[in-house]
Amino acid sequence: MPTITYHQPGGDTQVIELEKPDRIMQAALKNSVPGIVGECGGQAMCATCHVYVREEYLDALPEIGDDEEEMLEVTASERDERRSRLGCQIEVGGSGLEAIEVDVPEEQV
Amino acid sequence: MGAQQTQNQSSSAAADQGTRGVVIIGGGQAGLQAAASLRSEGFTGQVTIVAEEPGLPYQRPPLSKDYLKARLTDGSDGADGSAGTSASPLPLRGEAFFAEQDIELRTGTVATSVDRQAKTVTLADGTVLGYDSLVFATGARNRELPTPGIDLPGIHGLRTLADAEQLGAALDTAKNVVVVGAGFIGLEFATAALARGCQVTVLEFAPRPMGRALTPLLGDWFAGAHRDLGIDLRLNEGIASFEAGDDGRVALAVSTTGDRYPADLVVAGVGVQPNDQLAAATGLETANGIVVDARLRTVDPDIYAIGDCAAFPCVHAGGPFRLESVQNATDQARHVAKVILGADETYEDLPWFWSTQGPFRLQMANIVRADDETVVVGDADPAHPKFSVLCFRDGILAAVESVNMPSDHLSARKILAAGLEITREEALSAGFSLRAAYKERTQPAAVV
Repeated sequence: MPTITYHQPGGDTQVIELEKPDRIMQAALKNSVPGIVGECGGQAMCATCHVYVREEYLDALPEIGDDEEEMLEVTASERDERRSRLGCQIEVGGSGLEAIEVDVPEEQV
Repeated sequence: MGAQQTQNQSSSAAADQGTRGVVIIGGGQAGLQAAASLRSEGFTGQVTIVAEEPGLPYQRPPLSKDYLKARLTDGSDGADGSAGTSASPLPLRGEAFFAEQDIELRTGTVATSVDRQAKTVTLADGTVLGYDSLVFATGARNRELPTPGIDLPGIHGLRTLADAEQLGAALDTAKNVVVVGAGFIGLEFATAALARGCQVTVLEFAPRPMGRALTPLLGDWFAGAHRDLGIDLRLNEGIASFEAGDDGRVALAVSTTGDRYPADLVVAGVGVQPNDQLAAATGLETANGIVVDARLRTVDPDIYAIGDCAAFPCVHAGGPFRLESVQNATDQARHVAKVILGADETYEDLPWFWSTQGPFRLQMANIVRADDETVVVGDADPAHPKFSVLCFRDGILAAVESVNMPSDHLSARKILAAGLEITREEALSAGFSLRAAYKERTQPAAVV
C-alpha cells in the first residue's frame, strides 16, 4: 500500500497509508496532518502546502511545473532549492512513486 | 436539555477562568479558519462551529474546477492525465483536527435566532448555545433566477458539494450545455463542460464576461479567448425562459433576443446574495451583507462578521465592500481571531482572487476600477497567452490582472502590499517587468 510519511518540525511522525493514489497535500488534509494548510484547495495558488522532500525520494519526483516554480518563491518558510515542493503537485501511488517522506516546514502562512 | 446545561456550565466556567466562549455560525472557509486561528492564537475557551451542511466541512475551489473533470472508474487520474480528481471532497480540516483542537463541530443544523441580551444562539434542533463572542461566517447563497421554467429537472446551481457531484455525473451524458451568466463560476463550468466534449453556450446579459471583476480590456480579451476555445458566448443576451422536452426535463433555453438553444443541462451562475437574514433579524445593520467596522465588528461589540457575508470598510475599494474570495475569508478569519483576543487592529489585507478556466489561469491582485488606466505587458495572443494588465490610478500602479503569469501576480501582490510605487511611465519603458521592479526596490542596487 502506498505511504506518505510526514515528519513534523518537533519530531513527531505520521505515516499515512493510501487506499488509492493521492497527493501529499490532499492526503494530509484528509488525515488531519498538522502544518499543511492547502488554502486554495490544490490549485497551486497559495503555497501553503509547502514540504521538504527527503533526499532519497528526490529522483522519483515529477519535474517542477512553471506554476509550482513560481509559488515556491513565496513560501512562508525558506525554500530549499533541492527539496522544496508543493504538496498539491505530487501524487503518490500508481505513478511510479509508491512511498515518500517529507518534512513539514515550521510555517505555511 | 442535558447538553444545553453542560454547554452553559462549561461556558460560564470558562468565563470564570477569564476565557471566553466563541460561537461561529458557518462551516465554510471563513468559519473553519476562525476556529483554527482562535486556537493557534492561544484561545482556550469553548469554540463551537454551527455548519448547515452534513459531513466534514470541505474546500470549495475544486468544486467548479477539478471536481468536474472526467474521472476513471477507479477514482484516480482524470482522462486528461491530470491527477487530483479523487471523487471524495477535500476537507478543510481532517476529522481528528476537531478533537485535537477541542473545537465542537455541529453539522447539519442552522442557527435560527440570536438573543443579544442573553447572549445565546438557538439552533434549528432546539439547542441553545451561550456565547461571549459570536461570529457570523454565514457566506452567501446563489442568486435565484425568476425565469419561467427554472425549476425543471436538468437546471442546476453550483455552490455545494452536492451540486458539484450532480453536475460531475450529469456531464457524463450531457450534450448541449447552456450556462447562464459569464462570471467566474459560469466560465469555470463552461470550460469544464467543453473539455468533457459538450457543446457549450454561455448567455450573459452584460456586454462582457466577468464584468464586475475585470477591466473592460481583459473582459473583452476573455470574450475572444473563450470563443476561440469553442464556447458559443452570447453577450448582451439574458435568459427569458426554459422549456421542457417530452421527458419533462429541460430541453430548450430561450434567450431575451428570442433565440432558442438546445439544452439538456443548464447551469445558472448569476452571482450570489449574502446570508445576512439572521443578522438582520437579530437587529444588526445589513446592507448587501452584514455591516461591520474595520475591526470586523458589528454595532454589537460581541458580534462579528467575516467572509462572503460581511460588508466591511475596504481601504482598497475605498468604501463599504463585500468580497467573495478564499483570500478574504481566510484573512478576515485570522484577523477576527486576533480582535476577539484583544488586538486593536484594522483589517487592511490586500484582496486577491483567482479563477482557472480551461487553459487560462487568471489571477488578480487588488480590486480594479472601471476608470483605471491600463498598460498590457507580455504576450496576449489567445493561442499561448502569458500577460498582465497593469492598472494605474493617478499614474501609480493600483491593481494587476494576470493570465498565465503567476510571477507577475505574486510580484504585484508584494508591491501593492508593501505600498511600493510603480509609475505608468516606468511600466511603459522597454523591458519592464514587475518582478524586476520589485527586486530593484527591495534589494540594494550593488552588493558590496
